[in-house]
Amino acid sequence: MMRLPARPVLLWLIGLALCAGIALRANYTADMSAFLPRSPTPAQQLLVDQLTEGVLSRLLLVGIEGASPEARADLSRQLAKRLDEGGLFLSVRNGDAATLARDRELLFTHRYLLSPAVSPGRFTTEGLHDAVEASIDLLASPAGMVLKGLLSHDPTGEMMELIGSLDTSGSPASQHGVWASRDGRRAILMLQTRASGSDTDAQAAAITRIRDDFAALARQAGHPEARLLVSGAAVFAVNSRSAIESEAVRLTTLSTAAVISLLLLVYRSFTAVLLGLLPVASGALAGIAAVALGFGGVHGLTIGFGTTLIGEAVDYTIYYFVQSDGKDEGSWMERFWPTIRLGVLTSIFGFASLLFSGFPGLAQLGLYSIAGLITAATVTRFVLPHLRPAGFRIRDIAPVGIALSRFWNQLSRGRLVIPVLAIAAVVVLVTHRDHLWSASLSGLSPVSAADQALDQSLRADLGAPDLRYLVVLKAADREAALRAAEAVGQRLDTLVRDGALGGFETPARFLPSVATQTARQQSLPERSELARRLDAALADLPLRPGKLSAFLDDVEAARRQPLLTPEALKHTTLALAVDSLLLERPQGWTVLLPLRAPAGDTPLDPLRIQAALAGSDALFVDIFGESNRLYQTYLDEAILLSLAGILAIVVLMAVALRRPARLLRVMIPVVTAELIVMAGLALGGQALTLLHLVGMLLIVAVGTNYALFFDRADSNPGDDPRTLASLLLANLATVIGFGALAFSPVPVLKAIGITVGPGAVLTLMLSAMLVRRSPR
Amino acid sequence: MTAHRLARTFTFALALLLAATPALAAWDIPQLMTELARNQGGRALFTEKKYIALLDKPVVSSGEMRYVAPDYLEKRTLKPRAETMILDRDQISLERGKQKFTLRLREQPEVLAFVASIRGTLSGDRAALEQNYALFLSGNRDNWTLNLSPSNPRIAELVTRITIGGSRQQVRSVEYLQADGDRAVMSIEPDDAR
Repeated sequence: MMRLPARPVLLWLIGLALCAGIALRANYTADMSAFLPRSPTPAQQLLVDQLTEGVLSRLLLVGIEGASPEARADLSRQLAKRLDEGGLFLSVRNGDAATLARDRELLFTHRYLLSPAVSPGRFTTEGLHDAVEASIDLLASPAGMVLKGLLSHDPTGEMMELIGSLDTSGSPASQHGVWASRDGRRAILMLQTRASGSDTDAQAAAITRIRDDFAALARQAGHPEARLLVSGAAVFAVNSRSAIESEAVRLTTLSTAAVISLLLLVYRSFTAVLLGLLPVASGALAGIAAVALGFGGVHGLTIGFGTTLIGEAVDYTIYYFVQSDGKDEGSWMERFWPTIRLGVLTSIFGFASLLFSGFPGLAQLGLYSIAGLITAATVTRFVLPHLRPAGFRIRDIAPVGIALSRFWNQLSRGRLVIPVLAIAAVVVLVTHRDHLWSASLSGLSPVSAADQALDQSLRADLGAPDLRYLVVLKAADREAALRAAEAVGQRLDTLVRDGALGGFETPARFLPSVATQTARQQSLPERSELARRLDAALADLPLRPGKLSAFLDDVEAARRQPLLTPEALKHTTLALAVDSLLLERPQGWTVLLPLRAPAGDTPLDPLRIQAALAGSDALFVDIFGESNRLYQTYLDEAILLSLAGILAIVVLMAVALRRPARLLRVMIPVVTAELIVMAGLALGGQALTLLHLVGMLLIVAVGTNYALFFDRADSNPGDDPRTLASLLLANLATVIGFGALAFSPVPVLKAIGITVGPGAVLTLMLSAMLVRRSPR
Repeated sequence: MTAHRLARTFTFALALLLAATPALAAWDIPQLMTELARNQGGRALFTEKKYIALLDKPVVSSGEMRYVAPDYLEKRTLKPRAETMILDRDQISLERGKQKFTLRLREQPEVLAFVASIRGTLSGDRAALEQNYALFLSGNRDNWTLNLSPSNPRIAELVTRITIGGSRQQVRSVEYLQADGDRAVMSIEPDDAR
């Protein structure tokens, strides 16, 4: 007859099945979402929108380095052609002559709809006289040479008005007919993917296409030394996704293998290792299920973090196996379980504070760890005893403990080192206080510093506008948005005239509102009337009206020409200028007007801009300030959460330990370890981010587990070689778990790893030093 | 977009400007170059006439210019409208009313070639000149003419010939024949009094 499994085992199996079901159906992501704020301000929402959906998220910057300038220009042209035909890109631009000619053609044929100078007054006799005279004067200047060829078509100089309003200092440099970097070492292309920024798979395919096409072209052309550089939000998304995915697998495999080896080495029993891993596996599964339920999806980062759970949860079984070995099980429960329970609770209190983080990635880690730890501890306590085969034994590790206890006793003689170390650490921290903290949000970003540097350098090459200051407008439809942009543009023009503003970009420059275009069109006089006025206007000028019939033809055509639409801008460089500044959002249209600070050292005065915008719906945004504020919010929040977490742990232990002296003995090693770790990071030149702060919290949450064992009232581990050995083993497992993270290139994981790994070891050592010498 | 074209026409005028700088004249080319290399700079007044097919009479402009060896050149137009053009090392800037264009020569190899050639005249660097121009010197010491004929097709697209006339050490005129038949003539009067 088959014996039914005990009730706890049955419940455990049902729970496992449920969790497995949830985990299998869960939605796994590895995108940038975990790094973006959860409840942003309107300005932050704008940033996030741009990052995930906006034109900027589709923008890829490509550089070609190596080879000769001619070869680079050639490769740039061939690559542009091939990518344009490939269909994955909305636009491919490299500044070649054909595109420039298209831009010019479009501006020229629409000059009377686009030129801000076109008004009824421009076409009166006086207006014409003044405009033509100014054009002739301009011929004396080298700048007027552009105009010379156009004079018979454009005697009023509308094309010059348009060019004059372009920001020529910001346009990319050109070399051998294509865009090049300012130092002439790279050819530059600008691509816009068809796929939206949030479709990471499609973005990855587009990036692969660029690399493949380039490799093929460079080979064909015999320029193997030519190198390709690709940057842009999509590259960041794709790179960090693959980094996170491969990290999750690599870290978990690495630390699992290390922990299993360690356990095998110590237990010398496969059964023991297998049993020992059961609570861990249950915990990981429960953690994933909890996150899937709580967040609607599991981030790859969370799985990567799971490695720490392996390190920590395996501690419980280590204590159980080692400490109860050869003893009555009930007595283990009685003697050690309360200590372990308190340890689990402190860890949970620590991780619980992450739950409230506005940084979704951290909140997931918190929930995952809490669910995992509770499950692992529960399984160890209630299920494992039922699964333990009769006569199960592991290798007695008491000899290790005995050997250790000598060392431990030595250590405890050196307890005076603790205050010395603590003071030294404080001195280091005080001397480094000015650059202790990382000052920007970039410390959080999964994008590597090298990727960021490349992006900045390509952006600078392209002369892409510095998007620090923006005026933002919202409107119900495109026409309203463009009209609002024109109205705000007039206010900003006043500031430009007064020198308070260097200039600004507006989508209405190349796509004026229908109202404005119509007004300009209606200010053009009818042909015979224009001819009559022109005769009078040219009376005292050296230009005969007979030479200007092309002008009369062009104005007549402009009176009847269809208005300029976004479709008409397609395939020109101007479309990007409009598309990136005029965004259609689900809730309406948004206009961005990037501002340029006045020339020279005069900084832009936000108050003056705000005053000029008063009364309109326009919002002035300082992106740099906004992202710094965002970081500050995160940092403040992390400080608050960490303090709250630490306070909760201290209160919990104060209640459990009852006597202040005991509390002190547990806290001194932990606090000293914190100080030493922070000082070590500062000495190593590592600027602390809020993630290190979270790491500090976890040192308290994890480190106290070890300190608690040394404080047990009835005995101390120095007297009990088995307990001592189990502590060391458990500590090693934890260090492996967190330590593995220290080698991760993902900043979130790395910061936590390099903080908690050393912190855990230090806490154990320092706790051992403080151990009470038992009377012999 | 048009910045490129603008740049080229720009250098166009620049050639005129640079070539027109007061310099010590010499008889044969090597001697002329040696004399030019010694030129430390100076001031001059200029009058420029542009003959443009479309217009009944030439466009006349005038102002003053200043050269400081080896690479600073300033042309300050006073009439008909104020405008300042400055070549400073590898940067050309043009300021006219509120508008200001700046161009780095490094970014425009053709422009750089153009400017380098003219700089060659100023600094007496014959080798640099002959990279882009064929040189012909005629006349005598008191009335010489240096013809620069572009050998670089990119420059030839814009200008057919640059003719610099002078007497002894003094450049008196620069004529600039454009590919479209229009021409510009600049006459220069040294202003050493100042």
